[in-house]
Amino acid sequence: MSNSEIREPAVSPEGQKEVNIDPDIQQIKSLSRFQLMKRAFFKNKLAIAAGFVLIILYITMVFFPNLFSTHPPFQQDRNNMYAPPQRIRFFDVDGNFNLRPFVYPYDMELDFETFQYEYTPNYDEKKFIYFFNRGFSYKLGGFWDTDIHFMGLESEEDMFFIFGSDRMGRDIFSRIVHAGRVSLTVGLVGVALTIILGSFFGTLSGYMGGIIDQIIQRIIEILLSFPTIPLWAALAAALPQDWSSIRIFFGISIIIALRNWAGLGRQVRGKVMSFRESEYTIAARIGGASHLYIILHHMIPNAFSHIIVIGTLSIPAMIIAETALSFLGLGIQPPMVSWGTLLEASQRVNVVINYPWIMIPGLFVVIAVLAFNFLGDGFRDAADPFSS
Amino acid sequence: MTAFLVRRSFYMIFTLIVVSILGFIIINLPPGTYLDVYIAELQSMGTATAMEQRQAIVQRFGLDQPLYYQYWNWISGFIRGDFGISFMYERPVSDLIWSRLGYTVILSTSTLIFTWLVALPIGIYSAVNKYSIGDNIFTFFGFLGLSIPNFLLALVFMVISARVLGHTVGGLFSMEYRDAVWSIGKFIDLLKHLWIPVIVVGTAGTATLIRIMRGNLLDILNQQYIQTARAKGLKENIVIYKHAVRNAIHPLIMQLGMTFPQIISGGMIVAIVLSLPTVGPMYFEALAQQDMYLAGTFLMMVSFLLIFGNLVADFLLALVDPRIRYE
Amino acid sequence: MNKNKDTSDKNLLEVKNLKTYFHQEEGVVKAVDNISFNIKQAETLGVVGESGCGKSVTSLSIMQLVPQPRGKIESGKILYYQKDSSVPVDITSLSPRGEKIRKIRGNEIAMIFQEPMTSLNPVYTVGEQIMESVRLHQQSRQKEAREKAVEMLRLVGIGSPEQRVDEYPHELSGGMRQRVMIAIALSCNPSLLIADEPTTALDVTIEAQILNLMEDLQKKFNMSIIFITHDLEVIGEMSDRIIVMYTGKIVEKATIEDIFYNNKHPYTAGLLSSIPQIGVEKRLVTIKGSVPDLKHLPAGCNFSPRCPKVMNICHTQEPPDIQISENQFTSCWLYEKRKDDVV
Repeated sequence: MSNSEIREPAVSPEGQKEVNIDPDIQQIKSLSRFQLMKRAFFKNKLAIAAGFVLIILYITMVFFPNLFSTHPPFQQDRNNMYAPPQRIRFFDVDGNFNLRPFVYPYDMELDFETFQYEYTPNYDEKKFIYFFNRGFSYKLGGFWDTDIHFMGLESEEDMFFIFGSDRMGRDIFSRIVHAGRVSLTVGLVGVALTIILGSFFGTLSGYMGGIIDQIIQRIIEILLSFPTIPLWAALAAALPQDWSSIRIFFGISIIIALRNWAGLGRQVRGKVMSFRESEYTIAARIGGASHLYIILHHMIPNAFSHIIVIGTLSIPAMIIAETALSFLGLGIQPPMVSWGTLLEASQRVNVVINYPWIMIPGLFVVIAVLAFNFLGDGFRDAADPFSS
Repeated sequence: MTAFLVRRSFYMIFTLIVVSILGFIIINLPPGTYLDVYIAELQSMGTATAMEQRQAIVQRFGLDQPLYYQYWNWISGFIRGDFGISFMYERPVSDLIWSRLGYTVILSTSTLIFTWLVALPIGIYSAVNKYSIGDNIFTFFGFLGLSIPNFLLALVFMVISARVLGHTVGGLFSMEYRDAVWSIGKFIDLLKHLWIPVIVVGTAGTATLIRIMRGNLLDILNQQYIQTARAKGLKENIVIYKHAVRNAIHPLIMQLGMTFPQIISGGMIVAIVLSLPTVGPMYFEALAQQDMYLAGTFLMMVSFLLIFGNLVADFLLALVDPRIRYE
Repeated sequence: MNKNKDTSDKNLLEVKNLKTYFHQEEGVVKAVDNISFNIKQAETLGVVGESGCGKSVTSLSIMQLVPQPRGKIESGKILYYQKDSSVPVDITSLSPRGEKIRKIRGNEIAMIFQEPMTSLNPVYTVGEQIMESVRLHQQSRQKEAREKAVEMLRLVGIGSPEQRVDEYPHELSGGMRQRVMIAIALSCNPSLLIADEPTTALDVTIEAQILNLMEDLQKKFNMSIIFITHDLEVIGEMSDRIIVMYTGKIVEKATIEDIFYNNKHPYTAGLLSSIPQIGVEKRLVTIKGSVPDLKHLPAGCNFSPRCPKVMNICHTQEPPDIQISENQFTSCWLYEKRKDDVV
């Protein structure tokens, strides 16, 4: 039985899957796992597009929010409360084309019967949009004084509400750009913690089995026994009120991660348990490999793609969790803003019905979450070249 | 099988105890309680008995005693159906929670059924017709459903209904049935209102389940025993439904333990937007007001629902998977 | 060993110029490339070769179970003579999900696979899985089917079959599961059993038991077996004739004696010399190099880069099929009489 040259490898990492597809496997084996992943990933157009969208979101909102704002995010304007979004036009009302886009300013009136603000565009006046023009001053990247903005009207006194304004007359677009910094980073902090806790305890539990598995499983079970939002809400409500908003931010991230690792942990455990039963692990065991060696060389690499995928896919859950908590008023606290805190104003349904543009921050939540989901999905497909 | 159930039930009780302790600690974390606000209010009204009342409450709940004593005081009341008092409503908690819990259970189970009924067939279709146009469409909508926070979906529903129908779609009952006693009419009225929160709360869960079902089934279809089944000469439909789907459902049942919290949590926050008479709105209000017994009881009850749901899932899993029964 | 078996001369299955390709984004994989062979009734045909040589795809083609949608039988015929019909049916012309092929699968042609651990559905008892086949093809009632299942389990040598019939696959060892697979395969008295590396995943003592069992049952049921393996030793014990495959092509076709003592193709010789022999102390000879990527095959003979007797022509032109004797063919330039003219 030792005619090793023609004996097939007993079991490949993907086990039985290869039984009937020898020709594929032959080919696949000639590339490294990482090359395969890279190739598979770059074939997924949707995932690449999602990655591109995320890069734009992070550059504009996390790194240079002021550069891309058109108004200071906290600047109130009593004369422009609940102004609807202005249409960016190339054609004027008479049908003449302008290469430079422009907006019509509003005339505002208070309707004394309904007590609602009535905005009508003033078609006599065109306000042209300029790119890289001067506006309010700020520090680019946190230390470089400048007043250049990506776009704006000629005078910064003119109102320019792409997404309309809120109840204080603040520019929703600029607020979204600033709020993105919190919403887009809260997930990353939380996910880092989730991955560390989840993969560590999941691997330990699945591999060791016995009493250690029992204890970790009980802890996970207890954590999972708390419904997410109520638990987070209770913990968030317990954060000291005198904390700075940055501490609240980290507090919220940790709170979300503290429950979320349990789900990942359970899944990693399942994967690891099936790997533990597989013949190559038993083979390594018999070969005298230590537990630590097997965990590091067989379990983690095998569960790794799974962990990365779940990690990416749990960022959306984090973003949604933060949004939900802030929507309830229990999350990010002023002066910090997140997409969720912007949405807090939407809690009053009759307001939303009259001024639906105050929900636009929600659109950005959806875009970011969708992008992370597509990206995570791309990672998943790429990480598992044998599945397709 | 019996041994398995007994063991699971034992775990459930253990989990419940730990959850109640943790829940009580969490609820007591914020400094100060509603009691302070309550007393301040009484005093501002100039009642001479304020101090006496305060003393009575402090004594009844042992608020001057250590936390473990307070916990025991509170939890031992559970057996008698006494969950303490709501300072905010100045009524026993037990008066406030039952109908809200009832509607929460109705909403959650309806949503769960909806999720499965929609997700299973779509998931199977998507896996069997992998990369077909239908699969791609479902995948896209699945992603979208997964990416919209459900309270946002609820808001969109509200705005659309207000603009199109001219009235909003909130609540679980029409005006005339809101305080009426139960009747066929009231039940039908409930069904007329229930479908909106069910869809809103169920969307994310459905999207998740579709993806899981599709993934599982694709994995299973690659298994050797599917080839064995085909080699027997079975019809492709039997191969898929009897041999593949049956195996692909296990992880889904395990997922039940994950879907249920999602539904309950989602339902709580959607309830605020859709003004549903469920646990959500009252719980968040109680949290904000630090009405600790009310908030704590809700947290306990909702967790109990979950734990019970998990037990049911375990039981179902043992029923369909022989490997677990003999573990 | 089994030379005294009574094999008739009637063909049961004829494979003619079969080509089964896999269409992938990176190119076409010619998993089975123009092979022809036949099996007589009650005969055992061994198919041997390294992994990736197209053995498994050949067997899946016979069952019309080539993985869809990438795999496809491009051309060729698989003529199968059914139990009560003298006119053969061409399996390649049947729809892979159609009723006709389903009446053949499991009923007339049965198959067992390499991995007994994953070949059985974990959620059904072994009895249910045997009965499924019986009820499907023999229209028997629940009770009869169950009796048949118990009988089959007894036949394949499983102790206390009345209890085992209600057990789940995870309660059985690998060897037992393979016995159950054999029981499922034989439950409808097939004319042809395709055994795709049935013993590779088992240990040696179990392997011998399973092989003996298969031989016994073959006599009992008077069926033909296609025995697929990479292990020439195993095949030597089982087979009457042997096909040696390399990169989707048949390189040599001969009786068992000729393969062992009068083989012609350098690849066959290479496979044989890498088998250890008891009592002979010599270094095992291995075939240098490894099986080439099926998408990037060398020009000329596919074996030329590894061949110890390679000639110039081997690098440029595909070798022809050469008949050595009545029962022996090989595909190698060494035996081409006109080779000097061609070069």
